[in-house]
Amino acid sequence: MHNKTLVELSKALQKGEYSSVELTHHFLDRIKKYDVNINSFITVTDDEALTAAKAADQIIANGDAGLLTGIPLAHKDIFCTHGVKTSCGSKMLDNFIAPYNATVVEKCQAAGMVMLGKTNMDEFAMGSSNETSFYGPVKNPWDIETVPGGSSGGSAAAVAARLAPIATGTDTGGSIRQPAALCGITGLKPTYGRVSRYGMIAFASSLDQAGPMGRSAEDVAHLLNVMSGFDERDSTSLDVPSDDYTANLNDNLAGLKIGLPKEYFAEGLDANVGKALESAIKEFEQAGASLHEISLPNTHLAVPIYYIIAPAECSSNLSRFDGVRFGYRCENPTDLNDLYTRSRGEGFGAEVKRRIMIGAYALSAGYYDAYYLKAQQIRRLISQDFSEAFKQVDVILGPTSPTTAFKIGEKLDDPLTMYLSDIYTIAVNMAGLPAMSIPAGLVEQRPVGLQLIGNYLKEAQLLNVAHQYQQVTDWHKTVPQNFV
Amino acid sequence: MAWEVVIGLEIHAQLATKSKIFSGASTAYGADPNTQACAVDLALPGVLPVLNEGVVEMAAKFGLAIGATVASRSVFARKNYFYPDLPKGYQISQFELPIVGKGQLNIEFDGEEKTIGITRAHLEEDAGKSLHEDFQGSTGIDLNRAGTPLLEIVSEPDMRSSKEAVAYMKKIHSLVRYLDICDGNMQEGSFRCDANVSVRPVGQEEFGTRAELKNLNSFRFVERAINLEVERQIDVIESGGKVVQETRLYDADKNETRSMRSKEEANDYRYFPDPDLLPLIIEPEFLEQVKAKLPELPDEKKQRFMQEYGLSLYDAAVLTSNRELAGFFEETVKLSGSDAKLCVNWVMGDLSALLNKENLDITESKVSAPQFAAMLHRISDNTISGKIAKTVFEAMWAGEGDADKIIEQKGLKQVTDSGAIEKLIDDVIANNPKQLEQYRAGKEKLFGFFVGQVMKISKGKANPAQLNELLKNKLS
Repeated sequence: MHNKTLVELSKALQKGEYSSVELTHHFLDRIKKYDVNINSFITVTDDEALTAAKAADQIIANGDAGLLTGIPLAHKDIFCTHGVKTSCGSKMLDNFIAPYNATVVEKCQAAGMVMLGKTNMDEFAMGSSNETSFYGPVKNPWDIETVPGGSSGGSAAAVAARLAPIATGTDTGGSIRQPAALCGITGLKPTYGRVSRYGMIAFASSLDQAGPMGRSAEDVAHLLNVMSGFDERDSTSLDVPSDDYTANLNDNLAGLKIGLPKEYFAEGLDANVGKALESAIKEFEQAGASLHEISLPNTHLAVPIYYIIAPAECSSNLSRFDGVRFGYRCENPTDLNDLYTRSRGEGFGAEVKRRIMIGAYALSAGYYDAYYLKAQQIRRLISQDFSEAFKQVDVILGPTSPTTAFKIGEKLDDPLTMYLSDIYTIAVNMAGLPAMSIPAGLVEQRPVGLQLIGNYLKEAQLLNVAHQYQQVTDWHKTVPQNFV
Repeated sequence: MAWEVVIGLEIHAQLATKSKIFSGASTAYGADPNTQACAVDLALPGVLPVLNEGVVEMAAKFGLAIGATVASRSVFARKNYFYPDLPKGYQISQFELPIVGKGQLNIEFDGEEKTIGITRAHLEEDAGKSLHEDFQGSTGIDLNRAGTPLLEIVSEPDMRSSKEAVAYMKKIHSLVRYLDICDGNMQEGSFRCDANVSVRPVGQEEFGTRAELKNLNSFRFVERAINLEVERQIDVIESGGKVVQETRLYDADKNETRSMRSKEEANDYRYFPDPDLLPLIIEPEFLEQVKAKLPELPDEKKQRFMQEYGLSLYDAAVLTSNRELAGFFEETVKLSGSDAKLCVNWVMGDLSALLNKENLDITESKVSAPQFAAMLHRISDNTISGKIAKTVFEAMWAGEGDADKIIEQKGLKQVTDSGAIEKLIDDVIANNPKQLEQYRAGKEKLFGFFVGQVMKISKGKANPAQLNELLKNKLS
């Protein structure tokens, strides 16, 4: 059951080959058996899952089922789930039971999906290796000595290890795509505003975007159909109707113009990753697409300005964690200042504190113009790079990450090197564009991710391109050997 | 040395929306603590603000009313600081690009008009309330008020005395109630202000160093706090010291101001545009719609009252300071068909006196405008005298019915029959021979004595003009 696509599972459920309860049990059993090795879940909600599965079976029996009714999924622990711990990977929220559902969670529930649990993540989504989680690092199912990427590393690992058929993630600078690449799965970051941010714990509000993480473009398209749409509770949500993201999957690629940014194939890209991409590019050529070298000249500025804008926003977004109303509170505070400094000092991990401090500095009087304002100006230049490029090509193709999965501990004490693992993904968030990562090879049994970047609201086109590639390759079907 | 006082005010007017500025929770006053604070107001993880459209219209109304530009694009910013009653750790406000730009307002002061500049007005959310008293050794937090919409109205430093500042504050108070955008209730904190106060030697152009007086929630406190602060600053300078830039708190119980924090201790608020809210765009069509809905404003009404009814600046200003009072006056004039001067005297005299005495608003008057007009009509048509009218008015106030009924029942109708008045005069003269003799001997002020006697036996009902005329003839 755990290697079937969502469509196959759905058909089986509706034909009565097995029930949602059986399917749910199957995944819960796998989680029990395998997750001790990879630590991809923070919370497993057995009881709630089985109750939801029973309800789904009833809906199926009544003939009212939708395509995803009864299908299990895992939510990144950044989405508020009513009555269930929502930790955001932090000690700060270790005791936080959300009193409401995020819009994304609500929509999945309304579609009849069954939540298996909440997946591990870098603390407050700040990290590229899942090592900053209060709940310990997630391990990459392909090699448990290596990281799964981050921050949605739990979701990526769970899907790769077949502990969940599909999962949700969030992406602020690459947090869906980079772990998808490192774990050999398919992940999509939609256009900013396509999926509601309501109930998704904010890291950097102007960059955060939720999206689906699954094994194939087709699966991801089905979940995006459920997740996306306007939400009046999120003022930055786009009031534009969603597409049917499965409708164009089978369009052929003849005439498609693919841009290859020269800056993405330059120094810094691992040679073996580069080779894997070359063979992938040939597949696209064979499918009738044309290749065009393009330039995104401000690429090198994306990481530096990200580490101004994202920390600036997070320094403010995380002020609400003050030990007053919810979350961690230090013991026996002597006065208000002590309550603040110790609750926050003890509740947040090192990376979160580092970013809050960088952000507060960048926003402070006398520095604001030089840092924050300048970064916003450069952000516009980066957006312009893309709009120029999309005058020439339909989609942009490149690596998702400069390397395959690296060893746990390898970069943890070297934040600058760690930050560079997002060098190809960050610019997309700056511009608010949709992009995805699909598996495109293995280097020493570690997956390589290929990134596709689309123009605004062109998710359906990206999924079409990815799906066509997955029709002629098997990388997305390859299972890490210990999780077959 | 002679000193000049310089004052600018920052007025916080709570906008009269039913729900909060960024959430659906109720803004009603007086609920049990924390019963009107939803997930957004509590700043739970993951929640997002959504702007209440009502506040945009209200702010736009205000902008139009002070002749300001209403910005086609304004931006909400985060003002970051930690305080337990500030749940998000930042207040959503407007910083660089406020919704209302430069405008102005005329105040009436010492019988003259003066124009006060308004720098800007911006939208923001209120914080919650910290309750220090009822919790031994800790602080209670009530977040009912958190997220209540405020319009902060910032004036230019154009006022030169505490009385002028109060006149300006009263004018804004009147304006926001005219516009129906704020209930103006100062006890509940719906209308309060901070005052920036400095002094400089008369003739000096440069401003002195200012102190900011916080949270003045009554007109009386504004006047007192400013006076105290002016005295303090002059004392400091005259004894060789320097005024430091600081925030001071007015303590109404002790009637003193004391330092809260100096400029050095001031927070760095790390303002930046709130990424959860898009820039607020106002289309010209929207402004046209708002403009069409604007009521006649106090200054327009004041001018019209002066022209149409021949009122003095003072009378017109007082009557138009309150939209309902102005309405009562106009209705009275129209219905009574009487001289406007008579109406204004009665509205500002006896009616206002009774309202004040019983601490009632004009909307709570026990005599309605039509009833009031009917009584004034009886003065104009000589059915009763002004003096008798006071008796009638008091009876009406006591709920004894309409003017005509009271006049009838109490037999208060004025005697205008010359024969009847003459007869009364004859009686009085006959009964007071001594006084008649003295009067005729030249003691003319006894004329009043005869008038009084006639009035007494007529129980006040003799028509005063006729009585004077007839009495003069009789006595000569």
